[in-house]
Order: sequence, then structure tokens, then C-alpha cells
Amino acid sequence: MSDLGVRESSVAGGLGQSPVRPDGIAKSEGAYEFSSDLSADNMLIGKTLRSPHQHARIVSINTAPALAISGVHRIITAQDVPGKPTYGLISSDQPVFAADVVRYIGEPIAAVVADDEEICARAIDAIEVSYEVLPALADARLAKDPNTPSIHPDGNVIREQNVITGDLNAVGDVIVEDHYSIGMQDQAFLGLESALAIPDEDGAGVECHVATQWLHEDLGQVAACLDLPESAVRLVLGGVGGAFGGREDLSLQVHVCLLALATGRPVKMHYSRSESFLGHVHRHPAEIWMRHHATSEGILVKIEAEFVFDGGAYASTSSAVLVNAVTHAQGPYRCENADVKGIAVRTNNLPCGAMRGFGVVQACFAHERQMDLLAQACGLDPLEIRRRNAMSTGDRLITGQVVESVAPVSDIIEGLSRMPFPERAGATEEHPYELPGGAGNTTRPDDVVRGIGYGLSIKNLMYSEAFDDYSTARCQVRNGVVTLKFATAEVGQGFITIAPQIARSTLGLEEVELDVIDTNVGSAGSTSASRQTWMSGGAVEAACLRVRELVYQHVATAEGVDPLVYTIDGTELVNTSTGARRPMAEVVVGLEFDEEVEYRHRPTVPLNEDGQGDCHTAFAFVGHRAVVDVDIELGLVRVVEMSTVQDVGRALNPLSVTGQIEGGIAQGLGLALMEEIIQRDGRIMNPSFTDYLIPTIADMPPVVAELIEIPDPQAPMGAKGVGEPPTISSTPAVIAAIQDAMNTAYGSAPHLRRVPLQPSDVAKTVNARLGD
Amino acid sequence: MTNIHDERHFELTVNGERRQVVDVYPGESLLTVLRDRLGLTGAKGACEEGECGSCSVLLDGNLVCSCLVLAASATQSSVVTVEGLGGATDVQTAFVECGAIQCGFCTPGLIMAATNLLERSPEPPTDEIREALAGNLCRCTGYGRIVEAVQTVIAQRGQGAS
Repeated sequence: MSDLGVRESSVAGGLGQSPVRPDGIAKSEGAYEFSSDLSADNMLIGKTLRSPHQHARIVSINTAPALAISGVHRIITAQDVPGKPTYGLISSDQPVFAADVVRYIGEPIAAVVADDEEICARAIDAIEVSYEVLPALADARLAKDPNTPSIHPDGNVIREQNVITGDLNAVGDVIVEDHYSIGMQDQAFLGLESALAIPDEDGAGVECHVATQWLHEDLGQVAACLDLPESAVRLVLGGVGGAFGGREDLSLQVHVCLLALATGRPVKMHYSRSESFLGHVHRHPAEIWMRHHATSEGILVKIEAEFVFDGGAYASTSSAVLVNAVTHAQGPYRCENADVKGIAVRTNNLPCGAMRGFGVVQACFAHERQMDLLAQACGLDPLEIRRRNAMSTGDRLITGQVVESVAPVSDIIEGLSRMPFPERAGATEEHPYELPGGAGNTTRPDDVVRGIGYGLSIKNLMYSEAFDDYSTARCQVRNGVVTLKFATAEVGQGFITIAPQIARSTLGLEEVELDVIDTNVGSAGSTSASRQTWMSGGAVEAACLRVRELVYQHVATAEGVDPLVYTIDGTELVNTSTGARRPMAEVVVGLEFDEEVEYRHRPTVPLNEDGQGDCHTAFAFVGHRAVVDVDIELGLVRVVEMSTVQDVGRALNPLSVTGQIEGGIAQGLGLALMEEIIQRDGRIMNPSFTDYLIPTIADMPPVVAELIEIPDPQAPMGAKGVGEPPTISSTPAVIAAIQDAMNTAYGSAPHLRRVPLQPSDVAKTVNARLGD
Repeated sequence: MTNIHDERHFELTVNGERRQVVDVYPGESLLTVLRDRLGLTGAKGACEEGECGSCSVLLDGNLVCSCLVLAASATQSSVVTVEGLGGATDVQTAFVECGAIQCGFCTPGLIMAATNLLERSPEPPTDEIREALAGNLCRCTGYGRIVEAVQTVIAQRGQGAS
């Protein structure tokens, strides 16, 4: 008997295949328009004046000398913002332009619009601002002290959230504790912030082409600041050169729209690399203390932790980042008793918010370093301690939430344990590229020690704590062609590749077109939280399913049968009672459909005071193994190989999944070894790619990836989000591997507890030994 | 006050064509002139200091960061940008098909660097590929598919030659 189910592989470009990106050819030929490539006739250029002080009162602003420069059209400040003076993702606490007080170095004060970039720069220099400098609050630990003066009307504490459960008096046979630090990481997307705003001819509205992660959130915030109805503001996705969380908050959107409306001409703004470091939020630096209690067999008894997140001057998503950190403090391990405290505070440092991993990166670095300490204390192998505590589906988290998602943690550990090790061919003078110092003749092969380390993590998917999280998609069929419309921000991740795959497999029609990504359809939510495949994928599938039902009904009416007899097999409509088959492309000739659907995930609830509640939607799991070569004398590290086993539910596009895994691991490796924004008195010391280093192709080792494909019953098409997990536990895996090399070299070595690692963290061990 | 709009103009040879460049500031980089004066936006700017390789072009056949080249110094040279490759070269096709492109901002620069590498060295081993492309940053892919794309071209050309 023939299989009447949907055989996905029989639709060319359907689910489970890896069709090429629809924008790939244009991108390869330089023809794809990124937001920074846009221009318009009669266009002016805008630029932002930023605060040179961490904390200061603005005494006066004199724009007259700047306005006198030929070619300068307008200068706007806080008093020119017609609507709401502030914006923000969760609380509206950040001024469009600082009016009376500046709270971080880089805060916007004014914007200039002029004929060109050069004139803008001269005008910015000519604006006279006098400041009364105020004492700056730079230390997050001081910020939470109630005696510290508030730097913002909303206070210095953005959120406190504890997670308390079980027997707080429980004590383990084995107790390990330490303090951990995570530096401030930058998203470092290559496509700098950029937008082109075009005013309506009558001046009553504006169209803004912008590189963003969430068009409708921008729309709401921008329209409020412009004092325009949302219908008068149209946001169009300009080509986005990466995002990674850094485009979830507004940057130049309001400024560029104000300038366009003020001049009645198209205005473009684009940031330089150094300005970009000031212009978007970063990954929170965090100080974390953790104490793990376990039985002598290594079974977790209790977790205690304290998290301090430096949110910088404005709230952004700090409160949600904190919730992610405290609710993921246990990692992918069972534990019944927990005493976890967390606080996110305001300082006069750079504002922090979303970056890939969103709070879980910080928590995971601490809990994985702890698991290694615990393994050592119990005399167990690093994989064995994790195996003994591995979480499964149905286990209860420290929030009281039951993990209903597929939780293949044991499978991940087994997968990692089976992975072969790379050969030790490298690290000789004949292969200089294989040495930690590269071909620079710095490392002596005799000083190279190999290390192996592991990291595991759990990551929530989608938005949490009762957020009304939904996505909208519209499916039209006309002349046999499917057209999909959604506002899902394509930032490089490839939603525009899988959306047509979903339509092809659901409808059996191979020709799928994509409409413009803009606000002329309902919100898709943000391209963040590993959520778009689930949410916008769910919306596209639901819209296509609705069209499919209408097709079935139409044909059933014509044939006088029950619509339930129909199914789609590949590209054919099948009558399951007669076995008759017709190509779908033929069936829909002359028919037109237009269906729009809002897809929502199941509801979640806010955490209570003790951090209890079903606050998250779903979870994904991953494990990493790092193999490193360490120049034990100089502290130089070469990552030889990264291996990973990732729970993906189902790989809708295996090539895209590989891309997310490899790219995410690169960012985790970067945090482990090189990436940190260094601030001194609130000033960034390294706002360039000369001094803020991200991994190059020479830094990235081969990645060996194994996917666990157990379709998640709650996920549309069974597919879990895959974007964030690769970044999360790759960082502690690399550090654990370096620790292993140090332990191998010296029998034991100081516990590594800070990222990014600095060569001196390794080399000082040598110096200490030499001093013995 | 100096008139910053002093009439300055010169000619550049870009993608085989003589192009008039008018009304420029004397210090403009080749990248700025290509993008803002000649409308060739294939070369991208992401760091403005020669660290990221997004602005890579060929200057008399040599791979350069166009953000580091003074446009007015290139009047006697031949400039080739990604637009000048003609489209659908085997390198470009391999990048598309191997998944070497995500956001694509680094792609034109990497295409130029990979094209140049394979002209200089038709069958580079992996470590030479990595060393040659180490001046081109990519934040999305983790580089695995980029290595794969270059190796695919090498394999295809090898088969074609045999």
C-alpha cells in the first residue's frame, strides 16, 4: 500500500532540504541593497552629537555656530521631539535626546542634518554644549547599595529576582563555590546601523527603511516619539547586515525620521564602527557567585547563587535578561533545592540589553565552571558528573515549571562521549599555522599542551513571563503562485529560505514568492530568542494550512465528497478513498485565496517573588566539546576543534542549521578568548575592529556537529529554535579545555573564572610555579 | 574660510570603464568614491580602517582594502570591484550553494579575496585558505561554509582541468 502521508522530499525545495537563499545570488554579486546602500534623490545626511561625559548636567546648548556653516540645514535637540520624549523596549526610560542630564558617554544630545557627511562632522564639532559634570556611578555593586544616590528617576535597581525552592537548609557532602565574571561583549554585526527616512509629500507622515530586528516594535516607539498615528509611519526592512540582539532597541530610528520631517527631504543616517559601539546595547557584564552542594556520588543537592548584572544607564531588556539568568542557574541538571538571588542595576556605563543567549550565557559560564569543580571534588570525569545529573523531559525546574519540551540531555552527553578526538598532527615547527601563536614564530612546540573541555546548556525559546508573543503571516494563492507576506526581520538567519519551504511542503505548490518585509501586515515579533522558526514559521504554516483547507473544501464541493478524504502528497492532491491524484498546480488554476493568521505560543506567567511559575514557553538543549592547544608559557590558545551535539527538534533546513551552529560557536569562542569592550571611566578604550577582536577564519577551528532530531510535539513542524544554543555552552567548553591543559601541565592550576580569558591568566600560573 | 567644495575631479578606471569622478573632497577614500560618487555599493564599509576586509577590491590585480586607498592616488590603476566580476562566477556560485552567505555583508569582500587567492594559488591547502582569508571578518557563519565554498571551487576547477 502506498504511503499517503506527506512525503516532504517529493516537493523540490520543501522542508528538510537545503534550497539556496533567495537573496544569495544578489548578495554574492554585491547587488543586494543593505540599509547602508540606500539613497534617494535630494537626500541629506544626518549625524548625532553624543555626550563626552559619563554623568553630567547639561547647562546650555548653543547650536548657532553650527547652523552658520554653509550646507547645514537643521539641528534638533530634545525640545524638537514633538511626542514622547523617551523610548524603551520594556520601560520607556531612555531619552530620544538628553534634555537635562546625560547618563553615559555616547548618549545622544542633538542631531545635525546637512548636505554631506563632511559638513555634518564640522557642524557636530561646532555645537557648543556646556556641562556641569556629576559624580559617576560606574560600579554595579555600589548601584545596589540603597545609600548610593539615584542616577535616574526610576532608581538604580532595574529588577531584583530571586528563585527560591525546596529545603534551603539542605547541605551536601561536597560543596564547591567560586566567583565568576563575564566581560561586556559586543554583537559586532558587520552591517553598521543605518536608515533612510523619506517624508510624505504632505509632511504628514514618513517612511523609514531601517535595519532592525522588529519592525512593529520600532513602529510603536517611533510613532509615539514623533507624535504621529502609527498609520502615518511606515517601516520597511532595509537590508540587515547581522543583528545578534543589537538591533532590538531603537538607535537612530527616531532621529532620522525627525530630521526628514523637519527638512521635508529624504535623510540618511549611518553610524561608523566607533559610533556603533556607542549606539547599541551590549551583552551585560556580570558578577556571579555560585555554591553547589552535592552528595559524595556527585548528585546535586542544592544550588546557591548571586547574580549582579550591570544594565548601564537605561533599562532596555535588563529585567528579562536577569530573569533568564536566574531561571537557568541550574543548567540542564536536576536539582530540587535552590537559593538564587539576582539583581540588575543601573550605572553610568553603556546600556546593556539583548545579545544572542540573553542572560543564559552568563549563567551557563558559571554553572559549567562549577560542574567542573564539582567533578574534580568528587573525583569524577567531567562528562560523568553531567551524566549523573542530566535533566529529562518531565523534570521540574527550580522555578517549579515542568520541562515539557523534549530534553535529550543524556543523549547529548552520550553523543559527545562517542566523538573521536582530532589527531595531534599539529603543533610542530613544520606546521607553523597549527601553533597557538600562528605563523608568527612565537610559540615553541615544546610549550604546547593539549586540553579537552565540555559545556552543556539549556535555553528557553521565545518570550517569557506572560508576554503576548505572536507572529502574523499572510498566504495568498493566485495563478498557481503562492505569495507570503510577513514582517519577520530577515537579519541573515534565513527565515526567507525556510518560509517558502514551509509553503511548498504544506501546499504542494513549488512556486513561492515573498512580498516586501514591512509594517503593512501584522507584527511578527522580534527576530530574537531563537523564536522565528517556531513563531513566524508557525504563522506561515498556519496560513498555508488554512488555504489548504479551503482548497480541500472547494474540490470536495465540486466532487460531492467529504473534504477529509483529501491529503497532499508531494505536489499532488490525493483523494485517499479513491487514490486519484491531481497536481496541485492544476487544482488551483483559476482559484484565489488570501488568508492571514496570527500564531501564538502557549501562555506563560510572570514569576512570583520567589521566582516560581511557568514563565518560559519551551527549551532547547546543547552540548559542546572543545579541544585546545595552549602555549602554557605565553598563555596563547589555539582552538583545535569544536564538537557539538544539538537538540534541534527537526532540521527544517540542515544547511541553515549548520550555519547557525558554526556561527554561534564562533561568537562563543570569541567571548571565551578575545571579545570584551573595555571601559575606563565609562569611555570605551577599544571601539574599533583593531582593538575589539572578533574571531577570524584563522581563529575558528573545524566544527563537528551532530543533530538530535526528536520532533518536539509542541513546536510547529517539530522544529526548535537553533540560533542561541551554539553560543551559550561553547564558551565554558573552551575555558574548561584550557583549564584541562593547565592542569595537565602543572598537576593543578588556579580555577579559571573569568571570560574573556587573558594570556596572563595562564602565564601567571607559570610565573607562580617559577617562584616556588 | 576655505571653500570645501573646491572643484576637484579626476578619472578612475573601474571595471574596465573610465569613470569621471567630480566634486570630491581631496581626502576621499576609494571606498567612498566607489560607493557615494560612482554608485558602486558592492564594496561595503564596516570598520573604516582596513581590519574587516568588507571593502576589498582589486587594484591592478592586487587585493586591497579600498577604505585604505586614497581615491585620487588610483588614477593610473585598474580597479575591479565585485560588480566587475561579471556575475555567477564559480566562486560566487559556490558561496551561494555551500551556505557561505548569511547576512551577506562580508560576502563581496570575501568573494574578492577568494577570487584573488585562487588566481595566485590554484590549489591552496586548508591552512593557506585560512591564512589568505584571515583579513576578512564574517560575524554570521563561523567560516566553516566559506572554507567549504573555496574547496568546492578548487575541486570543480580540478575536475574541469583534467
